[in-house]
Amino acid sequence: MVTCVNDAMFPGTGQAVVTLLRRLGVDVEFPEAQTCCAQPMVNTGYLDEAVPVVRTFVDAFTGYDAIVTPSGSCAGSARHQHGIVARRSGDPGLERAVADTAPKVHELSEFLVDVLGLTDVGAYFPHQVTYHPTCHSLRMLGVGDRPRRLLEAVRGLRLVDLPAATECCGFGGTFAVKNADTSVAMGADKARHVRETGAEVLVAGDNSCLMHIGGVLSRQRSGVRVMHLAEILAATEGTP
Amino acid sequence: MSAREEILARVRAALANVDDSVAPEEVPVPAGRPAGDDLVDRFLERVADYRAVVKTCTARGLAKAVRDALPEGARVVVPARLGIDVPGAVVDDGLTAADLDACDAVVTAARIGIAETGTIVLDHGDDQGRRAISLVPDLHVCVVRRDQVVADVPDAVALLDPARPLTWISGPSATSDIELDRVEGVHGPRTLHVLLVR
Amino acid sequence: MNTPRRSPLRSERRGDPEKTSGTFVGMPAFPEAASEALLDPQLRHNLSHATGTIRAKRSNVVAELPEWEDLRLAGAAVKDATLRSLDTHLLRLEEQLTANGATVHWARDAAEACAIVAEVARSHGADEVVKVKSMATQEIGLNEALEAEGIAAWETDLAELIVQLGDDLPSHILVPAIHRNRAEIREIFRTRMAAAGRPAPDDLTDDPAALAGAARAHLREKFLRAKVAVSGANFAVAETGTLVVVESEGNGRMCLTLPEVLVSVVGIEKVLPTWASLDPMLRLLPRSSTGERMNPYTSTWSGVTPGDGPREVHVVLLDNGRTNALADQVGRQALRCIRCSACLNVCPVYERTGGHAYGSVYPGPIGAILNPLLKGVGNDPQTDSLPYASSLCGACFEVCPVRIDIPEVLVHLRSQVVDAHRGDRRPSGESLAMKGAAYTFSDARRLERAEKASSLAGRVLERFGRTRLPGGRAAAGRLPGPGAAWTGARDLPAPPRESFRAWWRRTSGGTSGGRSGGTP
Repeated sequence: MVTCVNDAMFPGTGQAVVTLLRRLGVDVEFPEAQTCCAQPMVNTGYLDEAVPVVRTFVDAFTGYDAIVTPSGSCAGSARHQHGIVARRSGDPGLERAVADTAPKVHELSEFLVDVLGLTDVGAYFPHQVTYHPTCHSLRMLGVGDRPRRLLEAVRGLRLVDLPAATECCGFGGTFAVKNADTSVAMGADKARHVRETGAEVLVAGDNSCLMHIGGVLSRQRSGVRVMHLAEILAATEGTP
Repeated sequence: MSAREEILARVRAALANVDDSVAPEEVPVPAGRPAGDDLVDRFLERVADYRAVVKTCTARGLAKAVRDALPEGARVVVPARLGIDVPGAVVDDGLTAADLDACDAVVTAARIGIAETGTIVLDHGDDQGRRAISLVPDLHVCVVRRDQVVADVPDAVALLDPARPLTWISGPSATSDIELDRVEGVHGPRTLHVLLVR
Repeated sequence: MNTPRRSPLRSERRGDPEKTSGTFVGMPAFPEAASEALLDPQLRHNLSHATGTIRAKRSNVVAELPEWEDLRLAGAAVKDATLRSLDTHLLRLEEQLTANGATVHWARDAAEACAIVAEVARSHGADEVVKVKSMATQEIGLNEALEAEGIAAWETDLAELIVQLGDDLPSHILVPAIHRNRAEIREIFRTRMAAAGRPAPDDLTDDPAALAGAARAHLREKFLRAKVAVSGANFAVAETGTLVVVESEGNGRMCLTLPEVLVSVVGIEKVLPTWASLDPMLRLLPRSSTGERMNPYTSTWSGVTPGDGPREVHVVLLDNGRTNALADQVGRQALRCIRCSACLNVCPVYERTGGHAYGSVYPGPIGAILNPLLKGVGNDPQTDSLPYASSLCGACFEVCPVRIDIPEVLVHLRSQVVDAHRGDRRPSGESLAMKGAAYTFSDARRLERAEKASSLAGRVLERFGRTRLPGGRAAAGRLPGPGAAWTGARDLPAPPRESFRAWWRRTSGGTSGGRSGGTP
């Protein structure tokens, strides 16, 4: 599952996942019928609108052994919210289909560490990096220190601690526009902490959060780049 | 319909969608901290953490320790059956709130002490007096016997009699209402002096 | 800010006991109120200092208990089991309280509860009552209702006193004056205390100990003379007919002990089944609330005790929307709440907006679910805005001592808000956008067409736009119209030249043709 945000806005992240997983010997497919996990509708309260989107999701992904996604938030949505949408639909068939797909969804770091049993994925990234654990990966999925362990095994990478790392960046889906001022106030504090680290790159496991923090960092002319975890793990000596 | 009947009817209607065939999951309440050899020391350390004054004495030295805890010339009130000689103390026989406000100090016994939380519980028996006397004076000298100290909150709840009024005291009166900065001493006794009889 | 933040809202409520919904009257919806609060740097500073302090205290004392997570499970289970047969427990509570010499009243709503308290005070000829800090009496607007009856209600908790003297509104469940710093409090005491009784000393400093001392002197005369006291209760034990008040300052003990008459207003969800079930709660509440192993004072009393304390004890069992919340299968978990306020202290939204933005005596994450559950959605925009006052980060659930899954309830309530407006004559822009998104996301071919259109926009930006993200990607700066909410303070990356799916197809799944441009 590449996610709608990555498909439309950050194709490089999807490409990095493909590159990384193939390098690790995984047979990767991109079911072209996929669209979105329906989280934007569910989290804004539009459950009826989410029903056809969840249906599209299960139609696209039924039959695979593992559904891997570079987003803690979308993985959380599929695992924890698709059941709510399916119950709302009143369609027992959709409920059964969701019960089958939901547990097969893995956030990328979970898949690498738990399913493949790896922390060193053979990456090389000679830069100073700080890591922001996104809320849904941290608290909804409980990915714990898996992303950090993966980053610590990257050759050349210098990982610096982010102050107040576990505090939300303020993205929050439609919260970012419905409560834009509060969202930006949270983002500004997160960006300040990022700048305090002196890191060249801010890494996280969710491009939506990075789009928000990166947007604030860019407006502040901070010079700090934001990158998805997958892109760093995909990088090797040959591909700068 | 009376308010009582209407509220009860609303409650029953609200619970109509609860599936009674599924019993609620039995979740055990975890045990508290075991007593251990350091029970009394832990109690003293934790009472002191609240910035209470903590002293120990022997049974024989108790009366002197109480006198030492009271400032020179203090007007002292004691409950009817304190069982400790406090020279010059007024025995509470239904003093008014204003009378109590004119007292500087009170000496009471306690029902139990809780080591884990540094708490003293009064059940306002005859050696502790009614609630007001240990509240209005500014200094509370509280005598706790070693064998009254229990390990943790579950032990206390099990021992205490809910039919009696209970006052759980953990340090002197305090507030953190100004910038969450803890200040000892607002309306209750500003000084809590705990005497543990070893 | 050195002058009290005088609130016109509070004045409007004066003398209008009918409007006692627990919402600050005339409050704008959360986003507008939040935006205004964000402009106050003093407020931001006061809040971040205070919440940071209490967060650290809580996490230290919670870390002391290896059984903490099991305690949370036990606390949630006790409350759930009680709520499941709430009618039985309420009847048992009534029976035991009555046997203990208390008089039990039932109140369907705020107005009924206020009338009961006023009648008790009047029957004793009292023109004043002293009050223990209580969320239930704030919720029902008791002070205003009593004032309308000519009865003065004196708040005796230090923070409540600061709020009352400052003609202000509470902004936190535990520390209602958390938005005030010591200099502001000194100013309130100096200018307002005299009108309410004993004035502040002339040489009052802003040292918290001195401020607390001024409150002690000011309130003592009230404690000593009051005939009637009003309290809430943290817990009400059905088995034994026992009420429990958990506090710090001793003002609670004063009110519960010295006056002849005590009236306690208790929400029906405060019931605990047995005396023993108090145990997990007394281990959970202080550590979660003030960040202490135990709060300074906990008082328990079972009706009237001859020769000790009040001679007349009344208990008002209050519904005021609680049965609405109980009927909601997802939302009823909010009735487990023991008002510790840990969720406020960890909430990144609350920390920045403060409590007033929530427009209720219940602010923060718990307020964002409790207010809509008590009042119902679809009736007023302020209440409907509350479930959206969260980034769904989940920090509240993580600290909740009774494991209320606040994010789950928020999302659930959002769907109720949306459903309540499905019949609106004019659909909102948001609902049209969501319907459009659902249409696009229901079919990958439609999504692909949308991506092609956005790629085109991206190429235009790349060619003509001047904003570049670090790394060189084109971006949109400030946009007009619907994009303004995002781009007011954040750059937005330009759409890539090629979507992932277009790349996948062009390169046969990345096996030919190499990487595309447009990566960030």
